[in-house]
Amino acid sequence: MTTGREPPRTARPRPPGRGVPLALLVPALLGLAFLLVPLLALLLRAPWRSLPEQLTSPAVWEALRLSLLCATMATALSLVVGVPLAWLLARTDFPGRGLVRALVTLPLVLPPVVGGVALLLALGRNGVVGQWLDAWFGITLPFTTAGVVLAETFVAMPFLVISVEGTLRAADPRYEEAATTLGASRFTAFRRVTLPLIAPGIAAGAVLAWARALGEFGATITFAGNFPGRTQTMPLAVYLALQNDPAAAIALSLVLLAVSIAVLAGLRDRWMRTV
Amino acid sequence: MTIMPEEPAKTPGTPPGSAAEGLDAHLVVDRGTFRLDIELTAAPGDVVALLGPNGAGKTTALRALAGLAPLTSGRLRLDGTDLRRTPPESRPVGVVFQDYLLFPHLTALDNVAFGPRCRGEGKAAARARAAEWLERMALTEHAGAKPRHLSGGQAQRVALARALATHPRLLLLDEPLAALDARTRLDVRAQLRRHLAAFEAVAVLVTHDPLDAMVLADRLVVVEHGRVVQEGTPSDIARHPRTEYIAQLVGLNLYRGRAEGHTVRLDAGPAVSTTEHLRGPAFVAFPPGAVTLHRDRPTGSSARNVWHCAVAGLETHGDQIRAELTGELSLAADLTTVAAAELDLHPGAPVWAAVKAAQTHAYPA
Repeated sequence: MTTGREPPRTARPRPPGRGVPLALLVPALLGLAFLLVPLLALLLRAPWRSLPEQLTSPAVWEALRLSLLCATMATALSLVVGVPLAWLLARTDFPGRGLVRALVTLPLVLPPVVGGVALLLALGRNGVVGQWLDAWFGITLPFTTAGVVLAETFVAMPFLVISVEGTLRAADPRYEEAATTLGASRFTAFRRVTLPLIAPGIAAGAVLAWARALGEFGATITFAGNFPGRTQTMPLAVYLALQNDPAAAIALSLVLLAVSIAVLAGLRDRWMRTV
Repeated sequence: MTIMPEEPAKTPGTPPGSAAEGLDAHLVVDRGTFRLDIELTAAPGDVVALLGPNGAGKTTALRALAGLAPLTSGRLRLDGTDLRRTPPESRPVGVVFQDYLLFPHLTALDNVAFGPRCRGEGKAAARARAAEWLERMALTEHAGAKPRHLSGGQAQRVALARALATHPRLLLLDEPLAALDARTRLDVRAQLRRHLAAFEAVAVLVTHDPLDAMVLADRLVVVEHGRVVQEGTPSDIARHPRTEYIAQLVGLNLYRGRAEGHTVRLDAGPAVSTTEHLRGPAFVAFPPGAVTLHRDRPTGSSARNVWHCAVAGLETHGDQIRAELTGELSLAADLTTVAAAELDLHPGAPVWAAVKAAQTHAYPA
């Protein structure tokens, strides 16, 4: 509240003695620099002149195509099983729900390589489930494109589940009750009322999961290997290129950076406006 | 639907006697330390209001009727069919929720068409039915509007149309007017009254507002602490309140005591002279406007009911002042601002309160 006694000289007069303490300002700026300088370096050292040539090479396209395809499939898979899982966690009460919730979030903190090893033990040719898939259906998942999708899903789905569960908890469950009194089964109420209501949360969770899947490295290389055209996604290609063709690695990195910025721009309404 | 064994096969759909038609319920719901235990019966065409203070269990009763809260025990029959094991989506029950809960992503038309769609009608048929209902509610021009673009009164009518579009045999309304501002409330109350009067099945509404209850309902069921404390027509209840809560709602001082001819000896202490001649347990009621206040003990007046009191609190009601008195008898008295100033009323001030016997009303408890 301004009393009008003191006409402000600048647009936003600041009370005296309320500056930012140096002890906070210096580490803050250091932190900011730490985050920004590497990105800046990427832009500074980019082989701008040979970039068009780098980006049009078939190997890059192959990796980019595979990355987009696998991340999208992993997101789709996460949606199909993750949204119902989120609903189960948010809307029902069963014994051990807290434990299930903790297990769902475990891949968030688990080193992806460990996830890859675990997937191998479960779905590998001699794995707990994989041996039956092999024996009964002749399906082998490791070191295939499908394996990439599974590895990415394993790592990315928790992001979606957590995001959707949060949205569901914030949504008013009484809309479902209203639908029920109108003759809707619980599933119909979910499909026709809840789903449209939480669509923004699902979209945000899907984008988050997609971005996570796109950058997936550890679980993918462990479970699906690194075969160009089949399982070599962008992050894997970047890592490999860095050994023998740094310029190509930088070019690939720029592509991923551009995709990340696009994702952030797409989500700005949701996260960048939170004050 | 179960077929009643006593129902004659020749007239399907016509319940055998009037006893089987309408609502016949004994709702018992346990919730921690709270227990709801009320009997509720109504014939088709009846509008029953569950009236009671917040936390009395009215909404719980409504949810139990709709199947949204499980019954601990009791009975629930609608037109002769036992509904206790019927899931909410299969009950012929329509609900108008307190804040309407219109689906925000659907237009008014699709909100109303939702019920018919869920009950198996095709999209076009359901929409045609919804359009009819909106027309009946004078909402045709708002059919394409999303709920956030509707006024409170319009949203209320859409919610009513949505509940009625499934042809319920029991219509439940939870505080139907609470979400409206005072001005729209008058209009909407009158409209709602017309729609409820035209409704051919049972309507049960829940409210804490006695005016809403008395305008909208044919019969009031007053619920306190999960129990029915009084039941009757609005005028009945207004004239003969049986609990402090109802007496306050209808603006009466109410006391319980034992009648001995023209006097009622109150449980609270003093006796009250009345014109009625009664014996046994009785209530005495008189309106705050019938109380006169005096600085000195009134002498030679016809008022035989005189008590020495002290002012406990003062409140303005329009151009009137309501004085809460304690002392020989606790009571509320209404007086003009001028009179209050002349008497020098302030909290703690001693005062004499008098009521003429003719202004009191005694009735058996």
